Amino acid sequence: MEGLTLSDAEQKYYSDLFSYCDIESTKKVVVNGRVLELFRAAQLPNDVVLQIMELCGATRLGYFGRSQFYIALKLVAVAQSGFPLRVESINTVKDLPLPRFVASKNEQESRHAASYSSDSENQGSYSGVIPPPPGRGQVKKGSVSHDTVQPRTSADAQEPASPVVSPQQSPPTSPHTWRKHSRHPSGGNSERPLAGPGPFWSPFGEAQSGSSAGDAVWSGHSPPPPQENWVSFADTPPTSTLLTMHPASVQDQTTVRTVASATTAIEIRRQSSSYDDPWKITDEQRQYYVNQFKTIQPDLNGFIPGSAAKEFFTKSKLPILELSHIWELSDFDKDGALTLDEFCAAFHLVVARKNGYDLPEKLPESLMPKLIDLEDSADVGDQPGEVGYSGSPAEAPPSKSPSMPSLNQTWPELNQSSEQWETFSERSSSSQTLTQFDSNIAPADPDTAIVHPVPIRMTPSKIHMQEMELKRTGSDHTNPTSPLLVKPSDLSEENKINSSVKFASGNTVDGYSSSDSFTSDPEQIGSNVTRQRSHSGTSPDNTAPPPPPPRPQPSHSRSSSLDMNRTFTVTTGQQQAGVVAHPPAVPPRPQPSQAPGPAVHRPVDADGLITHTSTSPQQIPEQPNFADFSQFEVFAASNVNEEQDDEAEKHPEVLPAEKASDPANSLRVAKADSKTEEKTAAGAPTNVSKGTAPLAPPPKPVRRRLKSEDELRPEVDEHTQKTGVLAAVLASQPSIPRSVGKDKKAIQASIRRNKETNTVLARLNSELQQQLKDVLEERISLEVQLEQLRPFSHL
Amino acid sequence: MAVCIAVIAKENYPLYIRSTPTENELKFHYMVHTSLDVVDEKISAMGKALVDQRELYLGLLYPTEDYKVYGYVTNSKVKFVMVVDSSNTALRDNEIRSMFRKLHNSYTDVMCNPFYNPGDRIQSSRAFDNMATSMMMQVC
Repeated sequence: MEGLTLSDAEQKYYSDLFSYCDIESTKKVVVNGRVLELFRAAQLPNDVVLQIMELCGATRLGYFGRSQFYIALKLVAVAQSGFPLRVESINTVKDLPLPRFVASKNEQESRHAASYSSDSENQGSYSGVIPPPPGRGQVKKGSVSHDTVQPRTSADAQEPASPVVSPQQSPPTSPHTWRKHSRHPSGGNSERPLAGPGPFWSPFGEAQSGSSAGDAVWSGHSPPPPQENWVSFADTPPTSTLLTMHPASVQDQTTVRTVASATTAIEIRRQSSSYDDPWKITDEQRQYYVNQFKTIQPDLNGFIPGSAAKEFFTKSKLPILELSHIWELSDFDKDGALTLDEFCAAFHLVVARKNGYDLPEKLPESLMPKLIDLEDSADVGDQPGEVGYSGSPAEAPPSKSPSMPSLNQTWPELNQSSEQWETFSERSSSSQTLTQFDSNIAPADPDTAIVHPVPIRMTPSKIHMQEMELKRTGSDHTNPTSPLLVKPSDLSEENKINSSVKFASGNTVDGYSSSDSFTSDPEQIGSNVTRQRSHSGTSPDNTAPPPPPPRPQPSHSRSSSLDMNRTFTVTTGQQQAGVVAHPPAVPPRPQPSQAPGPAVHRPVDADGLITHTSTSPQQIPEQPNFADFSQFEVFAASNVNEEQDDEAEKHPEVLPAEKASDPANSLRVAKADSKTEEKTAAGAPTNVSKGTAPLAPPPKPVRRRLKSEDELRPEVDEHTQKTGVLAAVLASQPSIPRSVGKDKKAIQASIRRNKETNTVLARLNSELQQQLKDVLEERISLEVQLEQLRPFSHL
Repeated sequence: MAVCIAVIAKENYPLYIRSTPTENELKFHYMVHTSLDVVDEKISAMGKALVDQRELYLGLLYPTEDYKVYGYVTNSKVKFVMVVDSSNTALRDNEIRSMFRKLHNSYTDVMCNPFYNPGDRIQSSRAFDNMATSMMMQVC
């Protein structure tokens, strides 16, 4: 053994430590157990400790003499400073800091180490004052211990070893216990239980409300028995399977003790390992818990039902109140069953409680079940907050410490949020009751209740065609007005008809031929043959429509359309716009192909068609249904009195909707078709769409159109001889199914119109809903006021 | 918001009763006791129909000059009674409902605890206490 030169501080420090370890006051030999404990507190790896012991000669000697002890301490300092352990380093390393022995928080050790060198006066008191146990809650030392815990940290001057000593349960018995422990290889570990509580204690001391709780709880346990139990626990290997922990009953099943010892041993190790988090479960402990879990529930992913858990934990002989609280803390998802993590947490809490630690108010972070596990158990009736909680941090790493703090932080928020969620659901439900009214308001049938202007078809071709037809056919054509008024489909229908008429006169104006034909359509309708003939008669008059109908000059097709719109103002501007937009040329519909139906019209139509086709070539490509005359047949068969005038389009639209077959209509259709394929195409799709889609509404619009047409017709039909046919057609208002080609456009037009109608209605609906809400709120406030004013109304 | 919160068992004995300490607690106890009659009356009135159709929230049981008493009964005939200060006009019906819902949830959590025997007084659950205290704290 080399000579050891110690500085004064070191000398003092070492002597104090020696005295500390010198339990038996031999002044010569230190208790191995204490020494080991001390070295453990030095936070050195075990092999280093062994090396130190060997170096200092204790191993050789079998005991720690003072010199050995001093050397060992020096070596501890060396090791802690990071220098390699060598015998010569004892003296060579200069300015070695005092060896630090950590039994609890870092602060304590640093404080101790720091203060020790500074506080020399306390050293004397050290040996005589082995700080009373931290007051696990012992009744005798409860208050004192708490006080000592706190002041201890502050007045640490006591000694660096004090933290190691403080965990002592009760001075009289502890040495005895320790000595016993020291005999066992695991004694060093078993000493930890005493050291363990210390560090555990300090956080608890801060966290808890003080010794009162501890006292109250601990009073149920007598200090000696636990220690004896610890002793006995230490005796038994911690490997036996245990179902219960029963530290209080010494004479009970050894299995109980084993469990407790195992847990205490585990705690000790935990203490040394998880320095900063006393609630952390060490691997050993966790493994033990897992084994216990398996005894109850072989499936590690399964649950332990509440009753089984109750039995299990009741064996620990903790009061039911505490067990209930432990359950509250550990059952994270409040499902009445314990998952593996929950079980470990509960077990851990029981262990801690049995060791005297007060239960925390909140589940410690390290005990919180892993989120990943939570997800498994999340579907077992958890609170919404928890579910959300488990779902979000799914990436929580298995290691508890890094993830748990964040979880713990978010947990209270989620707790609150779950409350908020509850509130939200409450509020939302109430709000829903309010809004229910709104949903009950059935949208009025646009066709019947709400008589709002029919959306204007913006399709240039169609509308224009309609316009043209209107203009062409002259004012006396009610048909143009009606389709214009009501639906472009009607227009298209009329256009068709008109076109057929115009075909005869279509040559006159390319741009205006449509109008001409339109104008001529009513005439046609009135008297198919006559009309057509008239049209055909007028057709040569390219420049102007037939004189009788005060049609605007063809040259002013658009303006004329406006003029025409005057007469059709009832319908709104849709047609007007359409009229304006209507391309000048309305392709004459190939009547022969289009109008298979009315034979009367056919020949005329054919003429008209031909003319129309010639006049409005450009419109032809626009209308896919140009060549599809089967529609016209059906269309003709269905209805169409309406707008014979310009709206071949309108006609198709109306007619298909209506299905009222009318030979006159068919004639008109044929004519219109012949007149302008555009119109028909435009009208047909809409008509067809109208006819196909809403069967109910179409009749109404058609009826409306009928009315409008009827209204307009007299005006328009002034000069038309179609009265008979027209009237018939108008009366029937059938929906003329259009050819497929026309259907598209008709459908599109009708869709567009319907959409516009929908938006308008939706807006109206929202406004009404808002008004309703306001009214309801007013009502509620009034009711509240009323209730206030009438406190005794109900008794 | 509440001045007194009580949980009554099916057999009409209190499982949990707490009032704000500033008041004479006996008065509240008496109010809760008398309200039980009203609760039973409401239950029996609705009891003709299926129990499921019966709404848990009973609403205002009866008002006194200073307080209003609200009731809530679970399907297992466990009753929650809440006494609210009449001067607290801001308390809407929906809020009362939400408070009862919270009570019910907390009570369910207590029930889930295997260490709680149904019929015992609810004295072990700190969560329940905290929840009840939070509902009453606002008054003070």
